[in-house]
Amino acid sequence: MTKSQDYAIETRGMSRHFGSLKAVDSVDLSIPRGSIYGFLGPNGCGKSTSIRMLTGLLRPTSGDIRVLGEVLPGSEEMLRRRIGYMTQKFSLYENLTVVENLEFVAQIYGLAWKVARQRINELLNLYDLAGRDRQMAGSMSGGQKQRLALAAATMHRPELLFLDEPTSAVDPENRREFWERLFDLCSQGTTILVSTHYMDEAERCHGLAILENGIKRADGSPQQLMDDMGAWVVEVAGDDLRTLKHALVREAQVLSAAQIGSRLRVLVSRDVPAPLDWLAPRVEGRLMNPVHPSLEDVFVTCTGGKHVA
Amino acid sequence: MWRRTLAIVFKELKQLSRDRMTFGMIVMIPLVQLMLFGFAINTDVRHLPAGVVDLSDTSYSRALVQAVAATQVVAFSARYANATEAEAAITRGEVKAVLYLPADLGGRLVRQSTAGVQNYLSEPVGQWLVDGSDTVVAATIRALRQMPLDEVMGRPVPVRVPSFEVVQYFNPEQRTVVNIVPGLLGVILTMTMVLFTSAAIVREREQGNMEFLITTPVKPFELMLGKIAPYVLVGFIQVGIILGTGHLLFDVPIRGGMDSLALAAMLFICASLTLGLVISTIAKTQLQAMQMTVFVLLPSILLSGFMFPYEAMPSMAQWIAEALPATHFMRMARAIVLRDAMVIHLGADALWLLGFTCLGLTISSLRFSKHLD
Ligand SMILES: Nc1ncnc2c1ncn2[C@@H]1O[C@H](COP(=O)(O)OP(=O)(O)OP(=O)(O)O)[C@@H](O)[C@H]1O
Ligand SMILES: [Mg+2]
Repeated sequence: MTKSQDYAIETRGMSRHFGSLKAVDSVDLSIPRGSIYGFLGPNGCGKSTSIRMLTGLLRPTSGDIRVLGEVLPGSEEMLRRRIGYMTQKFSLYENLTVVENLEFVAQIYGLAWKVARQRINELLNLYDLAGRDRQMAGSMSGGQKQRLALAAATMHRPELLFLDEPTSAVDPENRREFWERLFDLCSQGTTILVSTHYMDEAERCHGLAILENGIKRADGSPQQLMDDMGAWVVEVAGDDLRTLKHALVREAQVLSAAQIGSRLRVLVSRDVPAPLDWLAPRVEGRLMNPVHPSLEDVFVTCTGGKHVA
Repeated sequence: MWRRTLAIVFKELKQLSRDRMTFGMIVMIPLVQLMLFGFAINTDVRHLPAGVVDLSDTSYSRALVQAVAATQVVAFSARYANATEAEAAITRGEVKAVLYLPADLGGRLVRQSTAGVQNYLSEPVGQWLVDGSDTVVAATIRALRQMPLDEVMGRPVPVRVPSFEVVQYFNPEQRTVVNIVPGLLGVILTMTMVLFTSAAIVREREQGNMEFLITTPVKPFELMLGKIAPYVLVGFIQVGIILGTGHLLFDVPIRGGMDSLALAAMLFICASLTLGLVISTIAKTQLQAMQMTVFVLLPSILLSGFMFPYEAMPSMAQWIAEALPATHFMRMARAIVLRDAMVIHLGADALWLLGFTCLGLTISSLRFSKHLD
């Protein structure tokens, strides 16, 4: 057993209701210090609401929350200097320049003038904003804004960093670059909690929680999640895959069937002991190939599946 | 604490200097309002066409007619032989009013001017025949009843009886604009100060800045103070514009000390700003903030003494008026600008504004929660 000090975040039964809507429903989390932890889930599954509770912005309807050893709600102000938060929507000032925004943040966190100058230059270089320091934040591209927001959120070198869908407006190349920065921060000891709906991002996390409708469907490392998945994955190749797909999804044992190029990726429940034998008569002689599950398969299995194309 | 407050002040100033719309409003609202109230809603009537029936035809009567003409309220355009002719002219609409001077004018004038305190036998020296169909004209001429006769007699005339009677203090030309400008100061400052700050917190909330800001160590009081401080400067710019233009365009005299006026304005600006802040912590959207501002603005215009004399209002309205910063400021501003009073003499109003500011800052800081729910 790990001691509780080794966890940056621990929750038991964390819930938040908006009227009759259970935006977050009894979520248990144990996030070790020094790791990158992901919240993976579709729109409206409660990622932002969870992060807001963990940053002390929203009070939970019920449940216990412990962040960096402090109990929430109650010690929000004490935690302010120890955590950083990059909001889903760009929350710096669009009509201030890059440097003005960073100077403002530095002063709010009480950095001495000289230290602030040094830190701002360091961040400008680190996040590739050096040439743009006089540009208005509002006129920057999605990727630049996101780097600026990350610079602002890490200004005071927080122990724990929350990133709410940081890469939603970023191209794949910049996304990879961004993750390199996250691993740099992580290697310096920062714990990072990041929410996303991209599989490739989720796959990079040390640990992961899959959320749906406010409920945690699964958690663990990506590898572990894929190994423990409750379904077989079979790829079928051949003609007229659309018809086959419509026939297959009507079967109770088929969790999902999704076309990927010229193949149909079929998830068959583990309740079926021999999936290839079970599928053979149904695919009518088309080619079958059992494959390793991907994180997307895990996601589809966890979230009930069939609604996904 | 001061660092963070200053950081917010500088941030606000930078944003303000880039916000052309708001910047334009700071300058244009006072100018436009001043023009509107100064020129368009000028209730002073000037150059009314008028006639004379002069039965005495003496140097006294000619001097009297001249003195009346000099007020510019009426412009004499016709002479009539008797009252009947004059009445006919009014009926035809040739003139709005006729000044009727009786044959014994000289005697009346002498009696009027030598009348002692005990002498109540004197009678009016002349008579105005007025077209009563226009109440504004009638009211204007009625005001002329009280014209002093000093100039006509060439020496001071103690006034006992409506002759052309009473002396008007502080506004001898009877121009309402002189009275309006200090009042406008109150109305315009209420409008802009409450408007700007009432949007201050809500805007950050709507634009999403608040979610980041409240995860930082900034304290509610620092945020409130930092939000209003830049607008004190804006308020003073507006005071300058209003008084400067008022002085240039409408010859509004500034009798009182500038230091007294600045102090009164400072107190009022702060009170209005905190009122806006309180609104800002209640409103959920900028639209709501705007509506609440209007809710405060209307009574400030109607009840503060700007439109109707405070003394003439029913006690319920007076009671509401006392709660509005604008009422207290208008009282102070008129006293300072028109009567050369000093803030020390207006201690009660000054203290009230100060108290209002402290209370407003406290309420808004307490109401502002660093939570999203
Ligand atoms: N303040 C609120 N009042 C009422 N309902 C809310 C509120 N905030 C969130 N919700 C609801 O709670 C649910 C979860 O919202 P949340 O913002 O946490 O989703 P999310 O996982 O962040 O989604 P996305 O990927 O779109 O950002 C949604 O159904 C949302 O409509
Ligand atoms: Mg979200």
